[in-house]
Amino acid sequence: MIAERKGEPMMATSLERTSDCELVMRRAFRAPADIVFDAYTKPEYVRLWWAPKPRGVTMAQCDADVRPGGRYRYVLARGETERFAFSGKYLEVTRPTRLVYTQTFEAFPDGEAIVTVRFEERDGVTTLVAHDRYPSKEVLDGALASGMEDGARESFEQLAQLVASLSG
Amino acid sequence: MIETLTALAEPNRLRIVELLRTHPRPVGAIGAALRLNQPQVSKHLRVLKEAGLVTVEPRAQQRVYQLSPEPLRELSEWLDRYRRIWDERFNQMDDVIEAIQAKEGKTRHDRRKKR
Repeated sequence: MIAERKGEPMMATSLERTSDCELVMRRAFRAPADIVFDAYTKPEYVRLWWAPKPRGVTMAQCDADVRPGGRYRYVLARGETERFAFSGKYLEVTRPTRLVYTQTFEAFPDGEAIVTVRFEERDGVTTLVAHDRYPSKEVLDGALASGMEDGARESFEQLAQLVASLSG
Repeated sequence: MIETLTALAEPNRLRIVELLRTHPRPVGAIGAALRLNQPQVSKHLRVLKEAGLVTVEPRAQQRVYQLSPEPLRELSEWLDRYRRIWDERFNQMDDVIEAIQAKEGKTRHDRRKKR
């Protein structure tokens, strides 16, 4: 049973830095896990959503060989000259529940992250939970600070609260 | 931004920043409140100062530290900007999912009926 889409509040994306080297992002989709898994992985679908269009960014390249050992490369373009390439290798592909891959922002080739994505389906709603593990705190700080194409437990929960209260 | 994150990633420095939220304090009071010795506090304050998170003001015989919230404001804006990028992506992914479901809906429905 798929919940009705229209008239319901937008699903919110949560982002939390759970340790020095880890980020966890969550987002629910009103669809079964196999469809969410396909939309997240198949290049013909990824090219339709991976570029944040409101920022004037388009998808210049989107190739993915979605199987263990297979590689992918996504390239974002802004204007004529700016290119932002992300690439990596699939380590585990278990449709529709789990996906593990490496990810390198090619501008920082030493900063390879391992991304584990879980697709948890319940009552027709699938929650995507992406866990990014970076090789070091410095690499994650750098990735965050560069904002990729454009641009937080214990201490980081405190930090998130602190930041919120100070900037509010 | 890297400097701000690196400075705050150390638990004792984060505690110092939290302590200074209420009001400016001299070095000695910071050490006493957090049970840190003077060299430790001075080291952490130096990192925080270099990151622009605190400013220091000599007052009588003391050096009084106060919070400078601007880097934290930038950090908050940045964190939220990163989250918003993904939010935009996932909103676009909703449209893709809707299209896939529209296309595959009948097939899925037929398949389910057979079970």
